[in-house]
Amino acid sequence: MGDRTLLQVTGLVKSFPLGGGFLKKPSGWVRAVDGVSFTVARGESFGLVGESGCGKTTLGRLILRLMEPTSGRVTFDGKDIFAMPRTELLQLRRRMQIIFQDPYSSLDPRMKVEAIVTEPLRATSNRTRSQRRRVAAEILEKVGLRAGDLDKYPHEFSGGQRQRIGVARALCVRPDLIVADEPVSALDVSIQAQVINLLGDLQEEMELAYVFISHDLSVVEHVCDRIAVMYLGSIMELAPTVEFIRQPRHPYTEALLKAVPFPDPHRRSEPVLLEGDVPSPVDPPTGCPFHPRCAYCFDRCRREKPSSEEIEPDHWTACWLNSGRGLEGEQT
Amino acid sequence: MKRFFSNLNFTVGFTMSLVVVLAAVLSLVWTPFDADKMNAKNRLQGPSWTHPLGTDQYGRDTLSRVMTGAVSSIIVGLVTVAIGLSLGVLLGLASAYFGKFVDEVIMRISDLLFGFPAVLTAILITSILGPSMINAMLAIGIFYIPVFARLTRAVAMTLWEREFITAARAGGVGEWTITWRHVLPNILSPLLIQGTVQFAVAILAEASLSYLGLGTQPPTASWGRMLNEAQTFMSRAPWMAIFPGLAIAWAVLGFNLLGDGLRDTLDPKMVRMR
Repeated sequence: MGDRTLLQVTGLVKSFPLGGGFLKKPSGWVRAVDGVSFTVARGESFGLVGESGCGKTTLGRLILRLMEPTSGRVTFDGKDIFAMPRTELLQLRRRMQIIFQDPYSSLDPRMKVEAIVTEPLRATSNRTRSQRRRVAAEILEKVGLRAGDLDKYPHEFSGGQRQRIGVARALCVRPDLIVADEPVSALDVSIQAQVINLLGDLQEEMELAYVFISHDLSVVEHVCDRIAVMYLGSIMELAPTVEFIRQPRHPYTEALLKAVPFPDPHRRSEPVLLEGDVPSPVDPPTGCPFHPRCAYCFDRCRREKPSSEEIEPDHWTACWLNSGRGLEGEQT
Repeated sequence: MKRFFSNLNFTVGFTMSLVVVLAAVLSLVWTPFDADKMNAKNRLQGPSWTHPLGTDQYGRDTLSRVMTGAVSSIIVGLVTVAIGLSLGVLLGLASAYFGKFVDEVIMRISDLLFGFPAVLTAILITSILGPSMINAMLAIGIFYIPVFARLTRAVAMTLWEREFITAARAGGVGEWTITWRHVLPNILSPLLIQGTVQFAVAILAEASLSYLGLGTQPPTASWGRMLNEAQTFMSRAPWMAIFPGLAIAWAVLGFNLLGDGLRDTLDPKMVRMR
């Protein structure tokens, strides 16, 4: 990919202390993100799927340096974002933005749309108020709202419209990368399609790269060029979308894909539903994090955590089944 | 505005408070008689057409004194709430923002202040500093700081977790600007509600302190002081106690209802925090 690489995440780890507090030691640590690596190219949309609590939101916040990591690196356009001084970080904010899940919590109820949409512009550039207003009006039209909406308050809009305001806010600085954290999961299905199509159109028009976080595979496969599956803080499988759907190589991905409902009453697939629950990240299983629920689990899986390996060009899995060494182990 | 007046608490509270404020304002320019002027001939007169609320032991007109007394009460309410608000909001914001050690220290000191019986400690403070209206306001105001600090902290902490704050950070907005532009405007209504309620409490506290001779000093008229003076003449001139007492009850009830009404309309979800 070379200089097409926009974002590179290497061995990223984020742990949160549990309990504890003033003069009290934390009783343990949760590794919300546990050694994640991937790259995103310019103009690419990269999907990140996983069950709730798998660390995908934390990962999104880390990419934008809204949190400091425990260890690991994130480089954006070749620069380490965690080593940046404040002034440089401010310039970085113009190039990476975020869209949130909840269109109600993500807009300040006491601000007018104009102030909301132009806020990142106001903080990172020295344009005048009238210039900012012009930009905001332009962006609002682009996301399907009217320039006249600038003087309204968020409560005057529906959920879908509010989400468009959130999109406009992210776009007004003309970023290269947008982290979309479950941007449609709080919306009605009909509105979901509208917002997804909007995001797709904007991507073409503005050459945006997305890190598209979702728990809904059908949404991600529609939008993304490549998909990564996360489980308990680690990436289990990463592949281009077509290959990911047709030839999943990780047992977890396989189970997830079979669980996606298919709108055809005649097609009866017997879903290999996952048994049990996601283990607590406080006390993760030894070895492969997925082994307690895996249908193909064998001895080695319980002992050692598999590392991510490239099994085909640009197709990575973290599973002993696909690892050359894994096949030598005894099967149970 | 219509939203507010459809609430009964608000309408009644607003009207009652307005009467107090109007009486106070009016007393600055006009009272039926000079509130401080003694007139030995007219002492201890019952209610009549000339003196609707009677006169006291020095022949001063009770109505005029009740009206002037409202000024003291309002000043005390305003100043104490201002002390509590300014310092309390500052400490509460710091507590919510910095968390950890700062939060722990500020909140434990608040707990400590809450642990003291407020009026008793106010009595202690005023007896040390000397009885005067200013010292009474200081003593009451100090106890308001933790009230507002806790409220501010609680609301600010939930606000800092909201996504629009994260959005502002992602947009490169500094922490100070976020506090000023996002946090403060969003805690205004709970502060307004609490401020109104504390205003009522301050009126009562000032009356108590003045009643004990530790608040407003004679000859300045104050409802608590008037009650104190009325004690000796309870059987001969009950109106001397009844009317200032009614004034206190009226004002406290009015501002409390106003606070309740504000809460109902501005913040239906808010649980009462004290």
